[in-house]
Amino acid sequence: MRKCIGIILLIIIAWGILTSLQTMPFGVSRAKVANHYINNGKDETGAANIVTSVVINYRAFDTLGEVTVLFLSAIGLGAVLATIKTREKRDTEKASLILSTGCRFLFPPIILFGAYIFIHGHLTPGGGFQGGAIIASAFLLMYLGCHGEKRLNDRCSTFSESLGGLAFVIIGLIGLAVGTHYFLNNFMPLGKFNTLLSAGVIPIIYIAIGFKVGAELSKIIDLLMEES
Amino acid sequence: MIVIVTFLIVAMLAAAVSAYFFRDLLNAVIASCMVSLIAAVMFILLHAPDVAMAEASIGAALVTTVFVIAIRRTTRYEK
Repeated sequence: MRKCIGIILLIIIAWGILTSLQTMPFGVSRAKVANHYINNGKDETGAANIVTSVVINYRAFDTLGEVTVLFLSAIGLGAVLATIKTREKRDTEKASLILSTGCRFLFPPIILFGAYIFIHGHLTPGGGFQGGAIIASAFLLMYLGCHGEKRLNDRCSTFSESLGGLAFVIIGLIGLAVGTHYFLNNFMPLGKFNTLLSAGVIPIIYIAIGFKVGAELSKIIDLLMEES
Repeated sequence: MIVIVTFLIVAMLAAAVSAYFFRDLLNAVIASCMVSLIAAVMFILLHAPDVAMAEASIGAALVTTVFVIAIRRTTRYEK
C-alpha cells in the first residue's frame, strides 16, 4: 500500500516536471553567455576542453565552493566515525592469492589513469573531480581485494589534501595581486594551444583539485571500511 | 542508434522500478548501481564524457560501496 502511494506520488512529480519542461525548446541556447564561452573560450583561456575553461577559468570561484562542500562532508563523516571507539573483530576470510595479486597488479595502473585524467584536464574530457574519484576507486579495490593488509597512510593523505586546498587558494590570491586583479584570474602565459604546458593556471589548479578530491574520497572509504 | 537508446532507457527504467520493489536490499543496491552504469553510457551517447566519467566512478562504484557497507552494518532484508 505504501509503495503504491509512493509510486503515485512519483508519477505526479514526473508529470509536473514533464509539463513544465515541455514549454522549453530542447537543445536551443537561451543564455547569451554560453555562446560567448563557446566562441571565445579557446582564445581567452587557452584550454582545448571548453568544459574545463568554464569550470576552472570563468567559474573558478564556484569550483572553490564545490571543493569546500566536499571538504566539509569529509570532515563531518570523519567527526561522526571517529567517535566510535569499539572495533569488534569480525572473522574475515582471507582473499585468495589470485584475487589479492590481481588487485595489487591493477592498483598502480588505475592510479596512473586517474593522474592522467587530471593532468590532461585542459586537453581531454575529465578533470580534477573525475581523476580524484578514479584514484579513490583504486584504493577501494585495494581494500576489497586485500582487506586489512594495506592501509591508507594517514599523514600522506592529510598532507596532500591540505596541499591541494592551499595551492588552489594561494593561486587565487596571486591572481588577485597581479594581472587584471580579480580572484582566480589566469595570470600565467597561455602558451601553445593544445599542448600539455598551456592554458596558464588551469593545469596547476586541476592537479591541486585532483590531489584534494582523491585524498578526501580515499579517506572516506578508509574510514567506512575500517568500521565495517 | 534509436534502437540502442530505447533499449537502454527501458533497461534503466526497469532497473529503477525493480530497485524500489526488491525486499532484499543488496539486490536493490545492485539495481541502483545498474541505473548509474546505464546513465553513464547515456551520457557518452549524448557527448558528455566528463559527466559520464564522474557518474561511472562515483555513482556506480563509490556510492554502491557505501550502501553495501551500510547494509552490512544494519539488516539485509526489508521488513
